[in-house]
Amino acid sequence: MQAVAALQRRCQVTGLLVDRSAERLIMANAVTAVVYLAIGGLLALLIALTRWQAIHLLPYESFYAFVSTHGMVMLIFWIIFFEVAGLIFGSTVLLSARMVVPTLGWIAYGMMLIGSVVATYLMVTGQAIVMFTSYPPLKAPPLYYAAVLVFAVGAILAVVHFIINLVGARLRGDVGSLPLFTFALLGAAIIALWSLLAGAAALLPVFLWTVGLVPSVDPGVYRLLYWGLGHGAQQINLAAMVAVWYGLASLTTGAKVVNEGFSRIAIVLYVLFINMGAMHHLQVDPGIGTWVRNVNVSYFMYGAVIGSLIHAFSIPASVELAMREKGFRQGLFTWLRRAPWGEPGFAALVTSLFLFGVMGGVSGVIIGGPFVNMISHNTLLVPAHFHMTVVAGTTAAFMGISYYLVPLIFQRQLVLRSWARLQPYVYALGMTIFGLGMGLAGHWGVPRRHWDITFSTARALRTDIFEQPEIAVFLAGLGIGAIIAVIGGAMFVAVIVGTVLLGRRTATPALGKIAPEAFLPVPIAAGGSDGEVSAAEPSHEGFEVPGALVLALAFLALFALLYAISWYELSSVPWGIH
Amino acid sequence: MAVRFSSLAKPQGTWWHPLGRDERLWGALAVIWGLAMFAMIVFIWPAIGREQNQIQSYRIAPATFGALTDQFIETYQVGEIDGVPVVAPPPGSDVYLEARAFAWRPVIQLKRGETYRFLISSRDVQHGFSLVMAPHSINFQVLPDYVTVIQLTPEEAGEYPIVCNEYCGLGHHLMLGRIIVTE
Ligand code: HEM
Ligand SMILES: [Cu+2]
Ligand SMILES: [Cu+2]
Repeated sequence: MQAVAALQRRCQVTGLLVDRSAERLIMANAVTAVVYLAIGGLLALLIALTRWQAIHLLPYESFYAFVSTHGMVMLIFWIIFFEVAGLIFGSTVLLSARMVVPTLGWIAYGMMLIGSVVATYLMVTGQAIVMFTSYPPLKAPPLYYAAVLVFAVGAILAVVHFIINLVGARLRGDVGSLPLFTFALLGAAIIALWSLLAGAAALLPVFLWTVGLVPSVDPGVYRLLYWGLGHGAQQINLAAMVAVWYGLASLTTGAKVVNEGFSRIAIVLYVLFINMGAMHHLQVDPGIGTWVRNVNVSYFMYGAVIGSLIHAFSIPASVELAMREKGFRQGLFTWLRRAPWGEPGFAALVTSLFLFGVMGGVSGVIIGGPFVNMISHNTLLVPAHFHMTVVAGTTAAFMGISYYLVPLIFQRQLVLRSWARLQPYVYALGMTIFGLGMGLAGHWGVPRRHWDITFSTARALRTDIFEQPEIAVFLAGLGIGAIIAVIGGAMFVAVIVGTVLLGRRTATPALGKIAPEAFLPVPIAAGGSDGEVSAAEPSHEGFEVPGALVLALAFLALFALLYAISWYELSSVPWGIH
Repeated sequence: MAVRFSSLAKPQGTWWHPLGRDERLWGALAVIWGLAMFAMIVFIWPAIGREQNQIQSYRIAPATFGALTDQFIETYQVGEIDGVPVVAPPPGSDVYLEARAFAWRPVIQLKRGETYRFLISSRDVQHGFSLVMAPHSINFQVLPDYVTVIQLTPEEAGEYPIVCNEYCGLGHHLMLGRIIVTE
């Protein structure tokens, strides 16, 4: 046992040097993140059971308060606290490097904690029912904006701290080229700086307006700046999730990156092109010219889409290569069949990659175009899309990697391992049903953030347009999917909280069938011997990863099909618009 | 063969190596698909589509817009439903539609196949214009201080509800409007 006072310890599983102060900061951020996830999950269930019109659980005031809180607590607090934990991990532990200014890390954490607690309190108690977007001139008390600003400044400090750690490690000679994981986080950090600054620029004038220092704020300019944050934040999540995807692939299958340069260029594409894509939230807004709108949402955004397509290929390809090296060489897909499906990290990787790609990414590109957006803006199709990206994708990936990082950082044995193995599948199943139900309801025109689509309390011009059997079925899908997904989320919280509080203390927690040498810059040994192992070198017309290529082509074909259908749907709108 | 590294490990030495055959093929397809989608949005749909996004806009004080709406209602009013004025503007004319918490006004009666220029704005907070014709809807953002201008041509007769799909306060779900299209 090393003395508690020691500044660093050598991890006995991975061989990495762990800075003690970094470890404590990671713990604080990770625990806070999971607490917010649990709160957000409970609210998710309540609002989903309200949107399921047949159940219509909450009264309207709690519904709007809880939708506001759920969006904020999940999209901002759960995700950003977890990402900060990841940033500290990627810039210290993973590099076996020291943390440069622990105090800065704690100041950042403190500001984020205070800001988030105050904002959550105001929202959930119904004092700031303005949704997480807080579009002016809708007004919350000044304290709300102050709290969000304090949180944002804290988050900026955390990102600055990450960059300082990297520069420090570099100057001390601890690191030459960054691991791809950290490189992707660096991409996320650069986007984060830019987005958080845009967010501060959006919210500061609103704060000044609520305390009476400026007479008004321009709602159009606010939206532009706000989505500089809101859209950028999604790209941070994307880059961080991609980092986790590569990490999970390496950890659970020993995957090595097929082509470092290819994957890194894809990250650079995110950094270069994404901020232009911010405008795809404003496609049916006044105040923006057609040309600016079209070029921003199409040309520039597709630069980032190409980045994602590269990862969509590279990650399965890396797994395929690793499995083939282990001997699973037969046919197109033996490597996939023999992959570690029972390993929670692999299950999380596959479900997250699949749901993000097929449902989240494709739907985003489709509704992100300026024409199809006219039939989807602010319908339930929009939250359906982003639950497939930031929930079924990012959140599921973050859950997956927690099953390894939490035991390693807390030095405790994972509890309820059988729950962990099942959890990614439960969550993905729930999210799939939820997403399909919500998305189809949205396509039928059902608005988002809406308490009662039967308009039972409306005083004038009532309509029963949404009282069709199809819509009832879709909303039941939303509700049933939500119940399953919340069970999946609760399983995750139980495993993590159980591990942190009750897991057996050990310096060598058992992590399942993983490749701990994934952390070391040595070629990973090929292993495995099995009936299906053949000694023959692959032939497949010279392609190294034919299976991944076929999967990628199938994905592209599906993408093209759904894209074509969306234009057909638009063309069948029975009104001319110009 | 290329030296490859785990994504969690620091790559050593020169890790840059040229793209293999698989990566080149996929990279080319990704770029082609990106360009195809770009062409669809910037060139193809603008040339062939009936549903175009050509929003025009200008700034206006909410009170001024309110006065224009009053004037519009006065000129063309033909009746009233649930206390909301119904107007029947002539084909080709400008149509003023004002959003406020929590109502759309006026109810608008249009002729099928004719084109109208809609001017939509808000008296107070942000709202969402959502014209529902299940299984579709046509949606535009409505801001105070700005007018959202679009040309609409109803091609089918019927009654079309307008709902609000931007959260605008605790009565958001009470906010309804209507467009009636006659032959
Ligand atoms: C079991 C998991 C979840 C369920 C069942 C769920 C359900 C819902 C529902 C029903 C809504 C309201 C939609 C509306 O009426 O407009 C919503 C909104 C939202 N959710 Fe979730 N959610 C889940 C997890 C998450 C997670 C993990 C995140 C973020 C990481 C998230 C982010 C959001 C956001 C940003 C909104 C929009 C709030 C707004 O419109 O202001 N959700 N969710
Ligand atoms: Cu409204
Ligand atoms: Cu509203």
